[in-house]
Amino acid sequence: MPDLLERSSSAIPPSLPRVPSIEVDERAARGSLLEQIARLESELASLFCSTYPRTGFDWRVPSRGGPRLLSLVELERVRDGLGARLDENRRALGDRTFVEEQNRCRIEQMMLEPDKHKWVRVGNEDIGEPGCKHWHVRPRWGVLGMLMGWWRVRISSGCPLAGGRGALP
Amino acid sequence: MTAGIEIERGWIDVELADEFPQLALHLSIVEAVPRRSPPEVRRRLRILSERYTGGKAVNLRQEPIPWAYRVFFRQIGIDPDDRRTPPEEAALERMRSGGFRSRNVLDDALTIAVVETGVSVLALDADQVDGPLGLRLSRDRERLGGGEGRALSARQIVLADASDSLGVLFGDLAEGRGVGGATERMLLVAVQVKGVPEVSVEEALWMVSEVLETGREKRR
Repeated sequence: MPDLLERSSSAIPPSLPRVPSIEVDERAARGSLLEQIARLESELASLFCSTYPRTGFDWRVPSRGGPRLLSLVELERVRDGLGARLDENRRALGDRTFVEEQNRCRIEQMMLEPDKHKWVRVGNEDIGEPGCKHWHVRPRWGVLGMLMGWWRVRISSGCPLAGGRGALP
Repeated sequence: MTAGIEIERGWIDVELADEFPQLALHLSIVEAVPRRSPPEVRRRLRILSERYTGGKAVNLRQEPIPWAYRVFFRQIGIDPDDRRTPPEEAALERMRSGGFRSRNVLDDALTIAVVETGVSVLALDADQVDGPLGLRLSRDRERLGGGEGRALSARQIVLADASDSLGVLFGDLAEGRGVGGATERMLLVAVQVKGVPEVSVEEALWMVSEVLETGREKRR
């Protein structure tokens, strides 16, 4: 058996070229990933500003235990995380703005035909704007207005004062 | 503008410089001691607070310098929505407290610089720094500040002098290396990343130095 092994190893012709070990230059890939991260961060920042004052969006992209020099795989994960977060929040914002547009139309309809939107209340939050203003369809003169069908839209005057109305005179 | 201070460059480890060619460390030594802020500085903070509105804070991440720091945070594995960049941290503090609170002249100077320029500056006790300061990756089983400091994870980016790591980049400093009661000279450090113009970094250092000088003439 040893004789056989020796013979088979010696059967390899010495003239065969050796395969060189491959060293991958990651610099180009890393540079490209860093650029992609910068671009995605820019888009995410822009989207963040567009969503204001809406709340309920998640902006976190898991960190990689930095500050460190990230590996290629980790850079890819950061990029993918940013991309996924961007997609998710764009979709959420799209859904929100669709509903907000419907609410804006509803306000117009409330103003035109208040009796067809009895007791409906739409706030600034529902149309994606800051502040506490709201549109509320209410009867004029309470119960009498309800019986007579005197409906109107009341527009609130905004947020309550931080310090209240002050002391009574 | 920088007539009163000299600005030097810190060294950057080859591996880091290769990854981030525009990463730079700007250093300046100022003779100043920690003290209470003079009225001029407190007034300046108040004016700054009034100028700083909610809208500005919301749009901060779209401004070029804060955005550049956000990008750099991402690239080095920090989520800037989890650990805020210095300009955003200052903005958040302004919104939470209703104004920039005066603490002491150094903290106030650093706040003014970061709010005005967007560039973060940190201060070390210059007499506790051994040799030139730079940025490098942490070594195997290295401890922050050497000796009894906390263990650093592998390949963390640290501020280091010739002998030890002095602090984690945009993180905590080693004990005894920051400015304390016994400090007589401060080493101001500003980190420049891609997208941050050099003139803004110099302005930030100059601004800190100028605020540290405020009120000293009267005391003399």
